[in-house]
Amino acid sequence: MEFLQEINWSPLWISLKTGAVATTIAFFLGIFCARKIMKMRPISRAVWDGILTMPLVLPPTVAGFFLLLLFSLRRPFGKFLLTNFDFKVVQTWKGCVIAAAVIAFPLMYRNARAAFEQVDVNLIYAGQTLGMSDWKIFWKVIVPAAGPGIASGTVLAFARAIGEYGATSMLAGNILGKTRTVSVAIAAETSAGNYDIAGFWVVIIVVISFAIVALINIVSGKGMKSRRWI
Amino acid sequence: MAIQVDIEKNFKGFSLKSTFESNASTTGILGASGSGKSMTLRCIAGIEKPDKGKIVINGKTVFDSEKKINLKPQERRIGYLFQNYALFPTMTVKDNILCGYRGAKEQREEKVCDFIRRYQLDGLENRYPSQLSGGQQQRVALARMMIGEPEVILLDEPFSALDGYLKDVLQKDMKEFLKQYSGDMLMVTHSRDEAFRFCNELMLLKEGKTLIFGETRALFEQPQLLDASRLTGCKNNSRIERLGDHEVYAVDWGISLHTEQKVEPDITHIAIRGHWIVPTDQPGQNCLSFETSEYVETTFEHQYLVTNSNVKDGAALWWMRPKNSFRDDHDENLPAYLYLPPEHLMLLK
Repeated sequence: MEFLQEINWSPLWISLKTGAVATTIAFFLGIFCARKIMKMRPISRAVWDGILTMPLVLPPTVAGFFLLLLFSLRRPFGKFLLTNFDFKVVQTWKGCVIAAAVIAFPLMYRNARAAFEQVDVNLIYAGQTLGMSDWKIFWKVIVPAAGPGIASGTVLAFARAIGEYGATSMLAGNILGKTRTVSVAIAAETSAGNYDIAGFWVVIIVVISFAIVALINIVSGKGMKSRRWI
Repeated sequence: MAIQVDIEKNFKGFSLKSTFESNASTTGILGASGSGKSMTLRCIAGIEKPDKGKIVINGKTVFDSEKKINLKPQERRIGYLFQNYALFPTMTVKDNILCGYRGAKEQREEKVCDFIRRYQLDGLENRYPSQLSGGQQQRVALARMMIGEPEVILLDEPFSALDGYLKDVLQKDMKEFLKQYSGDMLMVTHSRDEAFRFCNELMLLKEGKTLIFGETRALFEQPQLLDASRLTGCKNNSRIERLGDHEVYAVDWGISLHTEQKVEPDITHIAIRGHWIVPTDQPGQNCLSFETSEYVETTFEHQYLVTNSNVKDGAALWWMRPKNSFRDDHDENLPAYLYLPPEHLMLLK
């Protein structure tokens, strides 16, 4: 167990920080997109929903590939960002955040949308006839009423974001102290034969993930009566 | 001239064509479920957009498809009481009522407290809707709607979610509330009793079409149309052959009848409400010798399904007779004849 004394804790902090920032982005973007989608007509809704859900079903390496295409410094958009805003994504911590946010986004978006669909539309109509602005109705009536669904979407997005590997390793790479997250560390240590260090990170990730899922169950199970079932 | 509606809206397999112009302070829309009455209300409130037509409230055009006018619900100042009240579940009673407030910030607190008192919600300010009884929920919904001082209020089946005793209490409260309200009220219901009790004028709606619009009592007395008579709850009707200006032969009942009203050439049916049929032991004009084919007992009434004993396979009539006690024997004291009073005969097209 002596390896614990010289272990570099930076991957844990980088994972948590990445998770927090990526979840915040996914939270607002997910709710925003869910709201837009709810307003669409059925056909355009189906198309847009498909596009927004893609990162969930595609392999993360595919997302990583597209992100690289977009942000690579040798390509127009990446070059544009670097020359005009001094904004570099590839091989930086920003890359970790963007990769994690893209992968976590569909979980947030889908949960928010499912929660909005459960909200009684008459609440919206009631708010409108009472003279409330649509913006106020959305944030004061709909979002609170969809609270449990949004909360579980947020937690799931966070869990996904801290564990992201595929897109992150492609876009941000594996720089210790900068872009090496826990999942990247596990892969790197395993391939280097350091099974004890890899195993240590595995335990950390399993504990955090389990705590998160248990938290969702406790939060969303509140107010539910235990019932006999089948 | 308070509410003028002339709208059309098409759906798959259903089209709504709703036309009326209310003059009275309380107007009702009576129709079976699926007849489009709630849709009419939603179009007036601005929740749904009609395909064609015009809606004018107190002289203000809120919708006009030709002039491309379509005010948002927020701009129409129309109160809407939803069937399930649509209270905001994550807000307290007080916050719910605050949502309807449209006035200046300074008087907000005072006004809300005033409305809480007026609608007998003292002590419940900080409760959530799920912690309230059905009656309390309705009072919160009314307070939330009224605090915004709407020019017109729309009630969507206000009593359908309630049962028995509570319904009676709330109907009494609602009558009181409407007396104090100076604006106009439009109510949707499938119950002819509620329509009769609350509305001075009625529109009858069937399968999306306006059947007839008129003063409530006049409509109940002379519905003019066969469908309208059915909607107002009349079950007894028969085809006729016209014999004279005041004489008809009721084909299905097998009896000649004298009518008070003049029989116009386009009249095709005659009808009478079971409650207006009078038992008698003397034969004479408009008297029917009968036999009972079926009997139904309700709480305070005997209901007999009777047919003309001189005709084979004649159509049956419902005769409602009040009980004297719960232990009445329905077979006892049956009259020899049933008299159909000329003044209660309805001539229908």
